[in-house]
Amino acid sequence: MKQFDYVRPATVAEAVAAAAQPGATYLAAGTNLLDLMKGGVSRPVRLVDVTHLDGLDQIEHLTDGSVRIGALVSNADLAHDAEFAKSYPAIAEALLSGASAQLRNAATVGGNLLQRTRCAYFYDTASRCNRREAGTGCDARDGENRTHAVLGWSENCIATNPSDFCVPLVALDAVVEIEGKGGRREIALDELHRLPGNTPERESALEPGDLIVAVRLPAAARGFAAHARYLKVRERTSYAFAIVSAAAALRIENGKIAEARLALGGVAAKPWRARAAEDVLRGVAPTAHAFQEAAWRALTDAKPSGDNAYKIELARRIVVRALTLAAAGTPARIPALPASPFASTSGAIHA
Amino acid sequence: MNHSISLTVNGTRRDFVLDDPRVTLLDLVRERLHLTGTKKGCDRGQCGACTILVDGKRINSCLALAISHDGADILTIEGVARGDQLHPVQAAFIAHDGFQCGFCTPGQIMSAIGMMQEAQAGNDPERIRECMSGNLCRCGAYAGIVDAVLEAQAGADESSQRRSA
Repeated sequence: MKQFDYVRPATVAEAVAAAAQPGATYLAAGTNLLDLMKGGVSRPVRLVDVTHLDGLDQIEHLTDGSVRIGALVSNADLAHDAEFAKSYPAIAEALLSGASAQLRNAATVGGNLLQRTRCAYFYDTASRCNRREAGTGCDARDGENRTHAVLGWSENCIATNPSDFCVPLVALDAVVEIEGKGGRREIALDELHRLPGNTPERESALEPGDLIVAVRLPAAARGFAAHARYLKVRERTSYAFAIVSAAAALRIENGKIAEARLALGGVAAKPWRARAAEDVLRGVAPTAHAFQEAAWRALTDAKPSGDNAYKIELARRIVVRALTLAAAGTPARIPALPASPFASTSGAIHA
Repeated sequence: MNHSISLTVNGTRRDFVLDDPRVTLLDLVRERLHLTGTKKGCDRGQCGACTILVDGKRINSCLALAISHDGADILTIEGVARGDQLHPVQAAFIAHDGFQCGFCTPGQIMSAIGMMQEAQAGNDPERIRECMSGNLCRCGAYAGIVDAVLEAQAGADESSQRRSA
């Protein structure tokens, strides 16, 4: 690991000033960053440790019905917060389907949003990677790419965003609060991660020094609590990243879908909101036919980036399954194997 | 630049001067305190052999910078027994052959202790397997590990019932 300066600011303002310097990066739990630093993938000259900052570890239920999650709340504490899990069950399920219990205890909300891709070529410093080092090329294009992107990719980069948490968050219109050199601002989570285009090295909308201080869910996000699921296909049932995942959330009134939310994980460089699919579900009955139409719409623009054409059909099927299970109703308790599409749940129609 | 930190390790307060900020909690307990029960397996957060409790929560000590944990309370495998009296999870691992070579065992036991404190798995074997998935055992002693955790959990449930009766 490359040597670095360690800075522990006392305030958010000090942190932003310290991290705005070239080569500086924020340290929260470090569950992704330290791994990247050990491999020489990330080589910061300065670590700005935000873990001792006050006031960033609260879950606040605000009077307008929204919830504000501090950036330093751990993944485990958020998933196990009873009121949060009851109001946003698909988010809790997504959190519990990610990583291991040890990592969830350490990993933070802000860190989860900014975790890097798990593309093996990004991790291997002997490989060419436009994301790690701009303009060097992409060895994933002709390499082992069966898990890579099928939506939003470019010739320069076919990596995916590995977050489970971000998938239901983006479906529920999460907003990211950012403290930067110019003060406080906020952006939709949907705008935080960038698609690669010609500049895959620019992974997010953040500028140097920008610190995510909180994630907020609007009041409307609670309205989906009765019909919300997150499903995730992975190569082993626990402690693995998604090949494909889907967050589905419905508001059902008088037997019809009043509003639908749908997002996909593991398919693109960002959590993928499927608005065209949501549109075809509005006002219709929650039937298998409607869900298949929605799945088709969600993947209309998908194309293989390598040996991964199977992911398109897999994504369609996981969308149908997630919508079907969401329509059947959120389970009273998160299943023993969170987000597993193979868990037996009564009422499921197999896609 | 030197950095001074203090940690409570297995109940004893320790002060350290770090001449390098790159030291992980794993390397600190092994190399500075010679508490070598905590194992370095993958050193990348994938195997769980380095699991310790920090402020009561199980984490991968290989992915935690010591300097960032100034003031923390650390529990390692060396701190769980009371003298010659094994921790119930340790005793259960012996009773159920929850290991073969033993390299992953300290991490498994610390993870099981942390899991029982989290109180999310209860006595459901499927939940226990899921909640212990961050600890790999290359010998494949998983069946014995799950049995050991089930027995330790049952013992903890029984003693908490006795306390509340």
